[in-house]
Amino acid sequence: MDFSSINPALLVAALMVSSTPILLAALGEMVVERAGVLNLGVEGMMIMGAVTGFVVGFNTEIPALGFVAAAGSGALFALLFGLLTQVLLSNQVATGLGLTLMGLGLSSLIGKPYEGMKAPSLPKIDFGPLSDIPFFGRVLFGHDAIVYLSLGMVAAVWYVLRHTRIGLILKAVGENHDAAHSLGYKVVRIRLAAIAFGGACAGLGGAYLSLVRLPQWTEGMTAGAGWIALAIVVFASWRAGRVLVGAYLFGGLTVLQLNLQAAGMTAGVQYLSMSPYLITILVLVLITSGRFKGAHSAPASLGRLFEVTR
Amino acid sequence: MIRLEKRPSPNRRVAAMTPVIAVILTMIAGGAMFGLLGQNPFEAIKVIFWDPLFTEPFASYSRPQLMVKAGPLILIAIGLSIGFKAGIWNIGAEGQYIMGAIFGAAAGLAFYPMDSALIFPLMVICGALGGWLWAMIPAFLKVRFGTNEILVSLMLVYVAENFLASVSSGVLRNPEGMGFPGSRNLSKWASSANIELFEGTGMHWGVVAAFIAVIGAYVLMTRHLLGFHVRLIGEAPRAAKFAGVQPARIVIFCLGLAGALAGMAGLFEVSGPSGQITIDFASGYGFTAIIVAFLGRLHPVGILLAGLLMALTYIGGELAQLMLGLPAASIQLFQGMLLFFLLGVDVFTNYRLRIGRTEVA
Repeated sequence: MDFSSINPALLVAALMVSSTPILLAALGEMVVERAGVLNLGVEGMMIMGAVTGFVVGFNTEIPALGFVAAAGSGALFALLFGLLTQVLLSNQVATGLGLTLMGLGLSSLIGKPYEGMKAPSLPKIDFGPLSDIPFFGRVLFGHDAIVYLSLGMVAAVWYVLRHTRIGLILKAVGENHDAAHSLGYKVVRIRLAAIAFGGACAGLGGAYLSLVRLPQWTEGMTAGAGWIALAIVVFASWRAGRVLVGAYLFGGLTVLQLNLQAAGMTAGVQYLSMSPYLITILVLVLITSGRFKGAHSAPASLGRLFEVTR
Repeated sequence: MIRLEKRPSPNRRVAAMTPVIAVILTMIAGGAMFGLLGQNPFEAIKVIFWDPLFTEPFASYSRPQLMVKAGPLILIAIGLSIGFKAGIWNIGAEGQYIMGAIFGAAAGLAFYPMDSALIFPLMVICGALGGWLWAMIPAFLKVRFGTNEILVSLMLVYVAENFLASVSSGVLRNPEGMGFPGSRNLSKWASSANIELFEGTGMHWGVVAAFIAVIGAYVLMTRHLLGFHVRLIGEAPRAAKFAGVQPARIVIFCLGLAGALAGMAGLFEVSGPSGQITIDFASGYGFTAIIVAFLGRLHPVGILLAGLLMALTYIGGELAQLMLGLPAASIQLFQGMLLFFLLGVDVFTNYRLRIGRTEVA
C-alpha cells in the first residue's frame, strides 16, 4: 500500500467538492423537517435536478442556467409531494417513497438522449494570488461558485432559524402545528414553502453532480446520495452547522475510500463505506436515549398529519 | 368554494374502490405519457397489461414469471402491512431481504456438497432468522431507547448492501468461480435448489409461502386477539394502553415478523430465480413491497391482488422494452404514478368534498 500518493490539500479540496451535493440536499431537507414534514423523496428530487440541470446546461451551454432550472424543477417536483401530503393528506412515508420512484423513472426517460455527452464546465472563481497560498490556497480559494453558495446557505439557514421571526414561525409549525394554527399561522402554506425550498436545494445538489462532479448524465447517477442526505439530517440533530460537519464527514469518508482503493487497498472497503450509516444509527440512539449533552430530538410534529379542525 | 369535510367514519365502499380508480387513472396518465414518447397509447397499455397474460407466444413464458415476481413481493408486503397497521414504519425490508438471503445461503453452503433433504428446510429457517435478526436491531433500539425505526431500518439497508458486496467477493465466493465475485449456484445443487413445483406455473416454495402468509395474516388480523391488539395500537394507542396492550411487545412482534418474512423471501429468491449471492442480488423488492402493501390497502387479500398487479407491470414493462423499445425506467415511473394516484384518491375514504360556502364557526 502506498499512502504517499495521497496529497492532503487535494484530499480536503476533493472532499469539499464531493460533499457539496449532499450538503445542499441535507440542508434543504433539514428545513423541511424543521417545519414538521418528513420528505423521503430527496433522492427523487435530486435526480430530477440532476437531469434538468444537465439538459438545460447542455443545450444553453450556460451552467448557471442549468443550476437555476435544476432548483426550479426540484421545487416543482417537491410541490407534487406537498400537494399530496398537505392538501390531500396522504401518508408522508409512502408519498416520499413514491416521489423517489417517480423521480428515478422520469429522469431516465428525460435523460435518455443525453447519455454520454459532456456538460459545459463551470469555471472556478479566480481569487488571484490568494489561491497560491500553500494548502489553504487550494482548500479555501480553489472552488467554483456553487461550493461557496452551499457554504453561504448553511450560514443563511442557521441565521434565519436562529435569529429571525420567519425561523421562529417555521419551528413553531414543526414543533406543534395545532398551537401554530391557533396563533393564526398558515400551517399548510408555511409547510409548502419549506417543501419547495427543500426541493430547490435537492435540485441544486443533483445538478452539481451532473454538471460538476462527473460531469455527465447517467441513469440513476445519484446512487443513494439522497438517502445519505436524509441520514445527515438526523446525524446533525436538525442543526445547520452540524449538517455541514455531517456532510463533510460523509463526503470525506467517500473520498478516503476512493483514495484507499486507488492506493491498492481492496479488503474492507465495504466496511468503510458502511460506517457512515452505522455512525448515524449510533448518533440517533445517543440522541434519543438522552444521555448525550447538546443533542436535540426531532421536531415534535415530524411526519404527523395536520388537519384543520376549524 | 370547495373544501374537504371529514367523514364520521371511513367509507368502506370508497376504500375498496380507490385501488381500482387509481389503476384506471394510472392507465390514462400512463397512456398520455406513452403518447408523448411517440407510441400508440392503446398499443403500449395492451403490451403491458394484456399481452403477458393472453397473447401467445409471450403468455406461456410470462405467466410463470408472474408468480415468480409476485411471490417475494406478497411475502414481504404481508409482513410490512401488519407493522403499518400498528403504526410501525419498517421501510428497511430490502435490508432484511438481503440478510435473509445471505444467512440462508451461508447455512446451505456450509454443507456443500452433501446430499440431504434437510438442507433446504434448514436454509429457509436460517433465512428467516437472518431477516428477523436484522429487523430486531431497529426493534430493540425503538423499545429500549425510543429510536425512530424508519431511519434505523433504512440505514441498515445500506449496511446490508455493503455487507452483501463484501461477502459475495469474500467468504461466500465460489472457490471454483475463477476469482469472479459471487457464490456457488444454489439452484444447480439439488439439496438447496428452490425448484419449480409444477411444470410451467412458476410455483416455487416462495410462492407457496406467500399464499400461506396471506391466509395466516388474514386469520391473525381478523380472528386473533394479537391481531386485534396490533390494530388497536395503530388506531388508538391510548386506548390500547388502558386495555393492557404492551407497545414494546407489539413493536418486537411486528418488526420481527416482517423481518422473518422478508428474510425468507430473500432465501427463496437466492436459491431459485436468482440462484446465487452476487453484488447485484438486491433488486428493490423490499421497496416495491411497500407500494404493494399500500396498494393492497394493508389487507391480506388486497395485497395478494396488488402483488400480482405489480408483478404484471414488471413483466409487461420488460415486454414493452422488447417490443416497443420503451425505456426500462418508464415502468418505474408507471409504478410511482400508481402509488401517487392511490394516495391522492385515498383522501376520499376519510373525507368528502363539500361545495359551497364555508360556515362560520
